[in-house]
Amino acid sequence: MNSFFHSVRLDEEKCMGCTNCIKRCPTQAIRVRNGKANIISELCIDCGECIRVCPHHAKYAERDSMNRILEFKHRIALPAPALYGQFNNLDDIGYIITALKLLGFDEVFEVSRGAELVSEATRRYLEENKIPKPVISSACPAVCRLIRICFPNLIPHVLPLNSPMEEAARLAREEAIKKTGLPSEDIGVFFITPCPAKITAIKQPICLPQSNVDGAIAMKDLYPVLLKQMNHLGAPDDSSNSGIIGVSWASSGGEAAALLKERYLAADGIENVIKVLEEIEDEKLDTLDFIELNACSGGCVGGSLTAENPYVAKARLQQLRRYLPVSANHLMDEGVPQEMEWQRPLEGLSVLKLAENVSDAMAMMKRIKEIQSRLPGLDCGTCGAPSCRALAEDIVRGNATLHDCVFSLRNELSGTDMQEFIPAPFRNTDAEKEE
Amino acid sequence: MDEIKLHFEVSGDDFTRAGEASGEVKRVLKEIWFSSAVIRNVSIAMYEGEINMVIHAGGGEIDVEISPECISMVLADHGPGIENVELAMQEGYSTAPDNVRCLGFGAGMGLPNIKKYTDEMDIQTELGVGTTITLKVYNQ
Ligand SMILES: Nc1ncnc2c1ncn2[C@@H]1O[C@H](COP(=O)(O)OP(=O)(O)OP(=O)(O)O)[C@@H](O)[C@H]1O
Ligand code: SF4
Ligand SMILES: [Mg+2]
Repeated sequence: MNSFFHSVRLDEEKCMGCTNCIKRCPTQAIRVRNGKANIISELCIDCGECIRVCPHHAKYAERDSMNRILEFKHRIALPAPALYGQFNNLDDIGYIITALKLLGFDEVFEVSRGAELVSEATRRYLEENKIPKPVISSACPAVCRLIRICFPNLIPHVLPLNSPMEEAARLAREEAIKKTGLPSEDIGVFFITPCPAKITAIKQPICLPQSNVDGAIAMKDLYPVLLKQMNHLGAPDDSSNSGIIGVSWASSGGEAAALLKERYLAADGIENVIKVLEEIEDEKLDTLDFIELNACSGGCVGGSLTAENPYVAKARLQQLRRYLPVSANHLMDEGVPQEMEWQRPLEGLSVLKLAENVSDAMAMMKRIKEIQSRLPGLDCGTCGAPSCRALAEDIVRGNATLHDCVFSLRNELSGTDMQEFIPAPFRNTDAEKEE
Repeated sequence: MDEIKLHFEVSGDDFTRAGEASGEVKRVLKEIWFSSAVIRNVSIAMYEGEINMVIHAGGGEIDVEISPECISMVLADHGPGIENVELAMQEGYSTAPDNVRCLGFGAGMGLPNIKKYTDEMDIQTELGVGTTITLKVYNQ
């Protein structure tokens, strides 16, 4: 089954099958088979953890090259605000905008502008009390995908608004059509992305039939060329149209702070995000109004396709936003504009479901537990699964056998000399002496 | 169809591990795809019982039995016992020490919450001997 698009992929040539990534994957979506760390498509949320952890750089994000912009007559760049934190001594966002234009873009529309509108729409949404509290942010696509696989019960809490990227793309496209008179297909909108999750959200959006963004260029690919342009620049021809609120979305806490409410929480880093989602499920966070979740540590400045350390980037953004207005973009009419709302609901996926009915699922769970109790509990990864428990589940689902565990194999073949097949740290040396 | 039986030893020494047993039960229930209400009720009730066991009784044992109709939990400890069960069941009654209050425990809401989220609750307790709490959550 491969109906899922994923930006995160495996370069089989580079993969050594070392099992480093399997344990770091938050949805346990990686299994080493035939010496290669394959990703289980249905479970991957494109968070990029495996890209960060792979020592052989075998996991990568499929993305567009700058040449792709040439396919369009009118080209628009959508820089994510995290881009502003990548440069040393930058005191004016205008430099980045002008440099992007020198690189071949006709127009630059800052995603932070979309973010300010989403912030305002969120404030209105919260006032209307239409969704159960705490309301969960939907801006990080890795988090949305995590929720639909592992926390489908929480879907009613998720803010049903398009992301700042989509909002910026929609407005930029509208503006460009008006200005140039070109048909929509001649206008190319390119997001400068901090992460693979956004690329997946562009190629295969969940809550929109189609994205308004045409392609994604990785921040770290653009960084060196952009820096070169900026270094040559005397004074910028352009200026930023964002305020503090929009720029603050780049790091964790920015989206929540923009709601001007006190009862909020902002968690970042995928493991923390999972803990918070567990707590919401257990109704321990019912007194909060809003929960901001970012899969990356530090927020989008920590995305796996950024160039700079997230904490350095955050500190720079704090300086950069200092003399900006609080918010430079505002919604016109009252209420939340319909175009900003999702066009399709977020739907839970049942990939973790063991069987169609409870009694079959229980029978399987019972076998999982039985098998798990026979496995050594070392979580050594030698079987290619992230834990003994995961192997037990793979066996019951028919995707592995007990013999994939070297220890089980040893027990079964006792009598023959199996010690040498056991990895050194687990070898039973007493037995060796006896012989 | 026979039940799934899960057994947990809850350590009284390591407070930071409290909540792991109920977390595991939640995971099992989620994969079997019980309704969200059942999952929530079991995980909240068991979590509160597990925490009480660690804070007030120095740990203990939990036995969980899952069948399609019902999830039952038996939480047994050899702690000091509860002097006045009626009083302990009241919202706001707590003898929790200060060090756990800093972490947000000690509101005296645990036992009342267990009552709220379960269909059956029974407390057997003897001073100086221990406490056994039996809980049932029915599937619909
Ligand atoms: N297993 C137990 N052994 C001994 N005493 C207990 C046990 N469980 C509860 N108690 C007593 O009952 C009281 C009330 O328990 P309850 O769980 O309602 O509140 P709490 O644990 O003090 O605070 P909270 O649960 O809100 O963090 C406790 O303070 C304690 O005195
Ligand atoms: S936190 Fe930001 S950078 Fe990281 S996955 Fe989510 S959207 Fe992408
Ligand atoms: Mg308690």
